[in-house]
Amino acid sequence: MTARRSGALAPAPRAPRPAKRDRDFYQLRLYVAGQTARAQAALRNLEAVCETHLRGKYQIEVVDLLVNPQLARGDQIFAVPTLVRQLPPPMKKIIGDLSNVERVLVGLDLRPLPKKAAP
Amino acid sequence: MAKARPQPRIKTLFKARTLPKASTGIAGLDELTQGGLPRGRATLVSGRAGCGKTVLGLEFLVRGAVEFDEPGVIVSFEETPEELARNVASFGFDLNALVAQRKLALEFVSVERDEIEETGEYNLDGLFIRLAHAIESVGAKRVLLDTIESLFSGLTNLAILRAELRRLFRWLKSKGVTVILTGEQGEGTLTRQGLEEYVSDCVITLNVQLVHHVATRMMRVVKYRGSGHSPDEYPFIITQEGFSVMPITSLGLSHEASSERISSGNAELDGMLGGGKGFFRGSTVLVSGTSGTGKTSVAAYLADAACKRGERCMYFAFEESPAQLLRNMRSIGLDLTPFVKKGLLRIEATRPSLFGLEMHLAASFGAIEEFSPPVVVVDPITDFVALGTPHEVRSMMTRLVDHLKSRGITALMTSLSSGRTVHPDEDGGVSSLIDTWIVVQLFEVAGERNRGISVLKSRGMGHSNQVREFRLGPDGLTLVPPYRGPHGFLSGSAREAQQQAENTPDSKRNAL
Repeated sequence: MTARRSGALAPAPRAPRPAKRDRDFYQLRLYVAGQTARAQAALRNLEAVCETHLRGKYQIEVVDLLVNPQLARGDQIFAVPTLVRQLPPPMKKIIGDLSNVERVLVGLDLRPLPKKAAP
Repeated sequence: MAKARPQPRIKTLFKARTLPKASTGIAGLDELTQGGLPRGRATLVSGRAGCGKTVLGLEFLVRGAVEFDEPGVIVSFEETPEELARNVASFGFDLNALVAQRKLALEFVSVERDEIEETGEYNLDGLFIRLAHAIESVGAKRVLLDTIESLFSGLTNLAILRAELRRLFRWLKSKGVTVILTGEQGEGTLTRQGLEEYVSDCVITLNVQLVHHVATRMMRVVKYRGSGHSPDEYPFIITQEGFSVMPITSLGLSHEASSERISSGNAELDGMLGGGKGFFRGSTVLVSGTSGTGKTSVAAYLADAACKRGERCMYFAFEESPAQLLRNMRSIGLDLTPFVKKGLLRIEATRPSLFGLEMHLAASFGAIEEFSPPVVVVDPITDFVALGTPHEVRSMMTRLVDHLKSRGITALMTSLSSGRTVHPDEDGGVSSLIDTWIVVQLFEVAGERNRGISVLKSRGMGHSNQVREFRLGPDGLTLVPPYRGPHGFLSGSAREAQQQAENTPDSKRNAL
């Protein structure tokens, strides 16, 4: 399992869902508005966290609201970047450029794991 | 708490002398703001919970879409589209139909503190994009933000939030949409989150005043940059038709003065009024007196006379039910039932205390508009006095009298006075507004009570200065020929004794 990542931050087509999903599988969606430096930083930070803590059991979908504005409604997005944890439930949202790894881990409910956080 | 850096003020130059305005379509509010809210700018509506902020905003949007062909976007941070639709339905509009016709777009923005974590820098482009998408989808000219304060409870980084709000209002201005945003009133500030910092064009405050357990809604235009406006506080109501403001100043003293005379229904009473012809049509008559003096009877005579002429009459009975009133009037020989059946006489019986003053005024206006009667009886107005401060009662009575006069309606109001004498304050200070003032009183002499009637004033006509004794019996209201003896006004058995004594030469000498 790898992170879906379109280099140009283009809207991702519907990611193929893995046939078998276990409870540890993380389906993540990152909402951005255009290819800003902040959007790119957020994606970089997210990938770093995922590779460290969720290797092999996550999927990232990037949604550019400038291209698909109607998608903002479904997940109640008002700030960008916003990371939405769609799976596992409950739904979680983290807004910001994800620069604070501790907060990202708390937001993703990964905090209990006493892993060494990346600087 | 981090504060955003103050932005340099940009001076706005008005090209046109008069500010373009967006009509609200709300009764009274357009008069108060001299044409509506500032077009292409933002108006802040502040007030405590339950003041009607959302209703005002919704009505501005809905009326804009329906009456002025200005589509709108409703951004709700608190209520779901279903809840909004219910609210709008309560004043007679179908929100879902308007959405289907692409006259309105709804955008529900949910800010749930529990599921949001913040880390690092962000902006509110998500909100901007949704708003832009909604505005474009219907070609919106009006936007309601209800209430953007919810963002403050959802986000912790106030520096970012405040900077983004400033950017949001600049952006909305550049879009040319007329914005109305609501805000909860704070302690000593217009809004809890200082929204007035971002909106400086027009500010309206709403509040609810409780007087004697009856709530009166009040509205005030606190600020209106670049436009004249009425700075006073005005009562308003929310009815099935929505918002309604009734500015006292909107009614001028420009009504026609008719010289036509109409009978009071009693020839002898007419006789006391300049030349025996009765009241001026379109004038306002007050009948005041203590309990049981026959005020309602005098009022019923006027109603009876109107119906006999074939005119409609509306009788507001605030103390008696229609059946009770009809029965009581039959006892003095006035049978009004046929007129009720024919639809000439309509009796509206309610207790004023059930509603606030303003609701009552609106209900009365509505009933008068619908029935359009040339003659109206309000029996009694005294019940209003308990409902508000003297100023409010007077304001309400002034508007009622003006409303009736501007329509050329002859009105008779009764007023209960508590003592033997007439206290001008007890009728809500209305006495200076009325044209003809009739006083009915009881005289207690030699173990009996007798009724006296007099005309205290009657504008534009000569009138009797006598206090006449009158009787109420199965034959109706009869005035007894005046008697003035050396001891002044005599009534009842004392008058009869004196008259008999005068017929006896010896006694007459004694009496003198």
